[in-house]
Parts: sequence; C-alpha cells; structure tokens
Amino acid sequence: MPDRPPRTPTSTTSDLVVVGAGIVGAACAYHATRVGLSVTVVDSGPITGGTTGAGEGNILLSDKEPGPELDLALLSNRQWRSLADLPLDGTTFGRAVELETKGGLVVATGPAALAGLTRLAAQQRELGVEAIAVPGDRLPDFEPHLTDDVAGGYRYPQDMQVQPMLAAAHLLRLARRAGATVLTHEPVTGLLRDGERVTGVRTPRRDIPAGAVLNAAGTWAGEIAALAGVRVPVAPRRGYILVTEPLPPIIRHKVYLADYVADVASDSAALQTSTVVEGTGAGTVLIGASRERVGFDRTISLPALRQLAAGAVRLFPVLRDVAVIRAYRGFRPYCPDHLPVIGPDRRAPGLHHACGHEGAGIGLSLGTARLVAQSLIGEPPEIDLHPFRPDRFGPEVPR
Amino acid sequence: MSRPHEFEILFDGTPLPCRDGWTIGAALTAAGVRSWRTTRHGQRPRGLFCGIGICFDCLVTVNGQPSLRACLVPANPGDDVRTQEGTAR
Amino acid sequence: MTEHRVDLAVIGAGPAGMAAALAAAEAGTRVAVIDAGVRPGGQYWRSPAPGAGPFRPATLHHGWRRFTSTDTRLTELAGTGRVLRLAGHHVWSILPAGDEWSVHCVLGAEPRQHGTPAPVTVHARRLVIATGAYDRQLPFPGWDLPGVITAGGGQALLKGNLVVAGQTVVVAGTGPFLLPVADGLARYGARVAAVIEANSPLAFARFPRAVLGATGKLGEATGYAGRLLRHRVAVRHRHVVLRALGTDRLTGVLVGKLDRAGRVRAGTEREIACDVLAVGWGFTPQLELPLQLGCATRVDVDGSLVVTVDEDQATSVAGVWAAGEATGVGGADLATVEGRLAGLAAAASFGADEVGDDRALRRRRTSLRGFASAMHQVYPIPQVMLERCSDETLVCRCEEVDAGTIRRAVVELGATEARIVKLLARPGMGWCQGRVCGFATACLTARHAGRPVAEADLRAFADRVIAAPTPLGQLATWPGDEPPAGDGG
Repeated sequence: MPDRPPRTPTSTTSDLVVVGAGIVGAACAYHATRVGLSVTVVDSGPITGGTTGAGEGNILLSDKEPGPELDLALLSNRQWRSLADLPLDGTTFGRAVELETKGGLVVATGPAALAGLTRLAAQQRELGVEAIAVPGDRLPDFEPHLTDDVAGGYRYPQDMQVQPMLAAAHLLRLARRAGATVLTHEPVTGLLRDGERVTGVRTPRRDIPAGAVLNAAGTWAGEIAALAGVRVPVAPRRGYILVTEPLPPIIRHKVYLADYVADVASDSAALQTSTVVEGTGAGTVLIGASRERVGFDRTISLPALRQLAAGAVRLFPVLRDVAVIRAYRGFRPYCPDHLPVIGPDRRAPGLHHACGHEGAGIGLSLGTARLVAQSLIGEPPEIDLHPFRPDRFGPEVPR
Repeated sequence: MSRPHEFEILFDGTPLPCRDGWTIGAALTAAGVRSWRTTRHGQRPRGLFCGIGICFDCLVTVNGQPSLRACLVPANPGDDVRTQEGTAR
Repeated sequence: MTEHRVDLAVIGAGPAGMAAALAAAEAGTRVAVIDAGVRPGGQYWRSPAPGAGPFRPATLHHGWRRFTSTDTRLTELAGTGRVLRLAGHHVWSILPAGDEWSVHCVLGAEPRQHGTPAPVTVHARRLVIATGAYDRQLPFPGWDLPGVITAGGGQALLKGNLVVAGQTVVVAGTGPFLLPVADGLARYGARVAAVIEANSPLAFARFPRAVLGATGKLGEATGYAGRLLRHRVAVRHRHVVLRALGTDRLTGVLVGKLDRAGRVRAGTEREIACDVLAVGWGFTPQLELPLQLGCATRVDVDGSLVVTVDEDQATSVAGVWAAGEATGVGGADLATVEGRLAGLAAAASFGADEVGDDRALRRRRTSLRGFASAMHQVYPIPQVMLERCSDETLVCRCEEVDAGTIRRAVVELGATEARIVKLLARPGMGWCQGRVCGFATACLTARHAGRPVAEADLRAFADRVIAAPTPLGQLATWPGDEPPAGDGG
C-alpha cells in the first residue's frame, strides 16, 4: 500500500522536505518534483486535513485589488488552466478535481457599491483581468434566481472553482508518482540544524535530512517558524460555511456581494459576514463567508450561521425553503498585511515558506508553488518575491 | 368538522386508501407501492428504508412541496403525492 | 418564535428520557421534555394515532404499563406546570449561552413542510441527553432495492401505523431485536419466511454471570422464540444475507451459512423469495447533540461511538448528563434505569434535598450493563459482510458512493482516516449526513488502511453542527445572542 510510513526510520536525504500536506504543500511538492527535486512531505495529521479540508475551492481574480496578490492570482490562474488539461488516469486533472471554469458574478446592491466595484474592475482590467459590466436588468440572464434588488454587477469569466481536497490529494499523488514520499500523522517536533542552517526536520519517528525545508503548515506555520527561532505571524481567522441539501444547478456562478472584497481586506476582529453563494458539482449550494478572529475556538456561533443564511436568502430568495444540512468551520491562515509569506528566509538559511494565504490558499497554491520551485533551483522567480518576504513583519511585539 | 377515519390520497394521480393517523409512507406501503423516488445520479428507485426520519431515502413530493420524508409526513385527505425524480426542483 | 425557560431540558422522550424527566420533576425540578416524535415513547414505545386502527399494545410492546404510568404521571405534572412536554420538536443545535444552554428546535412531524409552527428555543440550566439510537447498517449487493428496509423501520411502520411492511418478509442481521420485529410482523399477518441471524444465542453460555445477573432478559428472548415457532418462523442462526435480489424491487434474498471461521460455507447459498427484507446489525447511538456540546466519547464493546458517563450518568461537560443508548446500547430496561439516575443527579445538582436511596437502581444498572456487554459479544458484526463488500457495492445511499470509490480514496489518494475519505469520496455528505453509511465507511476505511477502526473514524460521521435539516429562511430569522466580540487581535 502506498504512503504507509515505513516501520524503520529512514535517513535518506531529500532535496526538499515540505511541512504540510494541504493544498499549498501538495502544490509545492508537485512543482518541486517537476523541477527534478526529491521530495518528502510530512504532516502532523492526514492529508488535506486542515484549512484545505474546510475550503470552498475558490480560484478567484475578482476579489483581488491591484497589487502583489493579484499578480500571484493571475499567475496561479494560468497554472490551474494549464494543469486542467493534464491527462490523468483516463480523464484529465481538471475533471478529476472538479475544476469548473464557471466564472464569478459580483453584484452591488446600491449605487455607491456599484461605483466602487466599477472603479475596481477598471483597475483590474488594466492588469489583464476580464471584468464585464452587467447592468441590473441584465443580471437575470446570468443568474435567473438572483434577487432583482441589485443595482448591477460584473462578470469575471476567469474565476474558477475546484474541489480543494481532491485537488490536494491528486497533486500529492502526482508528486508520489514522481518519487515523492508522503508521511502523515507525523508531527514535526524540531528542525535539524548545522549552525544557522536548517538541514532537515525531526519527527517522533525519524530525522529527515534535507537540502531545504519548506514551511507550508498553513494556520500552524507560525509554530514551524518558531522551531527555527524566526517569527512568521500567521494567525487563524475563523470562517463558517453552510451547505444546503442537493439542488439542481440553479446557481450558475460564484455569486457574491461587492462588500466581500472590503471584508477580506478588513482588520476588524469582530464577526463579519459578506454573502457568497455558489453551487457545486455535487449539487449542494455553499454559503459563505464569515470572518472572525477568535483563535482556534471551534464553538459554533449562531449569529454567524444566521447572518450567512440571511445573506443567502436576500441574494437568492428561492433558497428560503431550502434546507441547510451541514455547516463547517475552518481557520484561515492570515498575516497582518493579508499577504502570504513566500520564499527563502534570510534569518534561517535552508528554511523556505509558503504560508499565510488566508482564504485564498486554494487558488494561490499553484502560483506559489511555481515561485517556490523557481527559487529553490536558483531561477529568478516569475514574480518579485519582495512583498511576500518572510522577514517583513519585524521582531515580535509584545501585545 | 371531524376528520374521517378513512379517506383517499392521490399517488401520481391514482387514488389510494388511507387511514387517519397514517404517514404518507404507511399509506403507500399499505397499497403495495415500494418506491416513489429516483436517485439523482443513477436514477435508481427508492422508497421506505429506515422508517424513522433518519435516512432521507423516502423523500417525496407532497402537494407540490418536494423532498419531504414520507415516513414522517402525516397523510391528509386528498393529499397529492408525486414520485420525485432526483431533487424534483 | 417561542421561547421557554426551564431548569432542566431532557432531549428525547423514549424510555431513558421519560424516566429522567419524571425522576427530576418529582424531585422538584422544572423540566422540559423535548422530542422529535409526535407522540411520546421514542422508537421503543412508538404508538399509532387513534385513527390508524385498533391498537392492542400487548401484541407489539414490552413494558407498556411502565410507559403508560410514566406518561400519565408526566401529564399530571404538566398540568401543574412542573413539566413541559414538547413533542414534534427537532433539536438542530444546542449552544451555551451564559450559565445556561439554548436548545434550538424546528417544529412539526416533518419540520420543513409548509405550515409547520414557528421555531422554538428552550433555555435550560441543565441537560439530560437521551437521544437513543437507530438501526446500524452494513452494505451488501442490492441493499438499496425498494423493499429492503431496516428492522427498526419495519417495526416503526407497525407500531406507528399498524401497517405491515409486506406480504412475505425475511428478517435479517444480528441481535435479539430481530425476534420482536419478526414476531410483530407475523402477528399482524405477514408471512415471515425466515429470520437470518448471523450469530447464535448459544454463545451466551460463555457469559453465565451476565445472564444470571440480568433477571428476565434471556426469558424475553425465549418468549419471542417460542412464539415464532408457533408462527412456523424458521430462525436460521449463523446465516447471513449475501445479496438482495431483484431489479427495481426486491424479489428475494440470497443467504448463506457461516462456518466456524465466520466465512460463507461453500454450497450453502440459497434463495428465499420475499417482497420485504427487514435488516439491522445492532444500533448506532445518535450523538450529534452531545458532540456539539463537547462531551467526551469512547468506543463501546459493540464498536459504536458512545458518550462517556460517570456513576451519576454525568458527561465530561458540567451540567450535562446522558442516559440510554447514547451512553451504550443496552435496551429499554437499562435506558430506564440510567434515565432515572440521570434525572435524579440533575435534580440533585439544583440542591433537591430528597432524591432517594438509589443503590438498588445502581446495582440494577450494573447487571443490565453486564448483560448488554455479553449481548454485544454474542452478536458481533460479522466481518464477512465487510470482506465481501466488492467495489461495485453501494455504500453511501444518498450520494451513491460505491465501495470501490472508498477503497481508491484510501489506497490511491492517500486518505488515512474516515474524515478524509468523506472529503475525497463524499460518503456521508448527502441527505442523511452519514447516519446510514457512517459505520460501514469507518470500517471499510480502517480495513483498507490496515488498522482497526479508531474513535476518530466514528466521530467523523457523528459530528454534525446542524443536527436536523433547517430551512434557510428559518435560520435567517433566528433570534439569539448578539455577535461576540473578537479578541481584538
């Protein structure tokens, strides 16, 4: 059986140890094997067990304001599109991971929000994002069940959706086929050091020496960084998603209110919900998105569930009679400036990071992985890594 | 007005006898009907399974409202019960 | 939206819940008994509506007098305002709110039906969880054919409607519960072609002390066996159903005899014609509410996930007690005893001065638990059912996931536990949220991963944030606490 950890500890050296078997770790492992590196992935839990397992599967350009994150999203979007056609066991990667190129629809309820959305779309378009204005009276052509209480919106044909757990599992499988080893239920408890240099990881079962260690531990990335004595301030931002009973495909796009963009960028700790509604290949409708900074508190918040439901019913009145059959929560790994941490850490040579993608890790994973792979083999990264540098936050500030 | 102890409900247009206090699922079963739904993917016939509201296999459309559990819904005189294809929406 | 405020909310009005409510109310506590059913009694004492026909309780029920006396007493106490009986209340969520709990319910026989009453929230300082159990299922070829029902489903149809599930019935699976199911069906006119029992009661010989300790338990089973004999119903021990036959509805079953090693003995397969198969393999406790509350769990002798309780039926969460099948499947007598102890303990926590000497009750609980443990060892899940689960066998009925998809999620995609299998292959993601296929998926995952079933595998299919489907329109207008402030982080 593949992937069962060997009973006797191995001490084979890998070029790269990836800490974290979520979507970012999986994508990085895949890209690293593509550039010829030998890879070991290690995770304290199962594959895709953290934030990836609680994600909606967004691959979005629409919610990104111009800046480094949009650059990364554009790169990632191209990566997803090219990987989609990869033949895989009689089908394609895209079909195996339920990649849907269905596009996003951002709607604004009033003239002020529409004006803001129009400004954003104009800026995005200059950078290569397709954003097509849809007047309020034409919105039913694209979403027949949408409330008529909307001023207008923009279509983003490049927005996509993927089943994130399948995506991570298949990327890991492709990496394994290229020789990678995946070790699960094995926490990294320490880093191997040679002076300043990070030379591998230690788990309760074995030492894994490596040319480089990649911290792709998502919401837990701060703890891995701390093992190297460096600070990467990734913290959890809780979110709930409601899942409805299965329905026919009555919602065609990923549909969300324009205020979502403001909420994503917000620094408030209090509960915020901005309505995001989308159908899935499985027939269920996913309803997001709430954001709260409450640490790793798994308690259910009735206000959060209620606000999500109210938002969905307001946007799609047809959902009023539809039953919620499930809800789940996840913890987005966010950094204070809402940008991910990508690239080598000058403070601890040999340690690299790919973490802190907040709620966009699924979409940004492939672009991140490409940049990491380029940086590992000494090629100039396609995008300037400076905005994502790990030491940009300064020393720990006591709170 | 008191309810009759025995009445009829309609299943896909056909009258079936029913007793007051029966669920829709009981009335269909008593009439020998075994399935009243097809699945979303394989279009397989389904009917009563757990009988206590746990499994949702017996979903049916009653008076135009889809996806009700036949094993829970009390039958009323003249109820229009229809076979549900997939999600019936 | 209606709100009630009580000292104690008892969730479930079966044998455990009724006993708990009565014990607590008689000790002076103000109690709400909340139950999804439209009439009290739970699955065990399910009864028909008056119009359904002439109801003779003795033909279908055990301990009916205990039910009616408890029910009458609760009604009397309801008259004095001490007890609030809330039938047709489906609890979808219990959340802490200050020093009390908010029990959120949607209402009606089928809550999502149009015209059902507005939702209800019950505020209570203490909780007794008595949510019972439902039939445990194992997949086999053809088990999704119309005409295949659960043993409990056949029983519910009879007890709740006085309707017999079919003309010719095979009752199959394992456990003493199969006998009353077959007996009831035979009494009400079905031809019971056979009872197919995977195990043999002779194995009780290995547990003489447990049998002697629980007076009357084995006699109950012997009584059913005698009546089945009079109905000329053959009970085939160490036999299993291998396949349900038919294309669009059940026409028969293929059964086979097990050898000493638990495998199907070659040449013993034979077909039995029937239009209904009533099947069950023990029970699965209903745990979403205690899991929402954060109660600690354990894996019981029968392989079920159950709530961990102490000598007073207290769970690991302060102010929450549990009783009956939720703490370990053991039948109605044990549930009644546990319910009473839980009710008394909850009442005592309010400072009720006279809660009586319950040492005899505790002794009875010990012996009934001993018997239950023996019973689980006499009637284990036959591993052959899982071994024979081929790739084509449907496992998740809702999402139509076959065993091959589950196997590939483990061996090809690298899922190491049931939660990940669920995320990758979707078993348990549909309408029933894994209530039917959860146990089997956990077992199959563990088999393919080459390890025993772990508590985490079972929790993956018992942990439900939404315990009952709730219409978005109702959820959207739910009153409740204002948004909590974040940590300012």
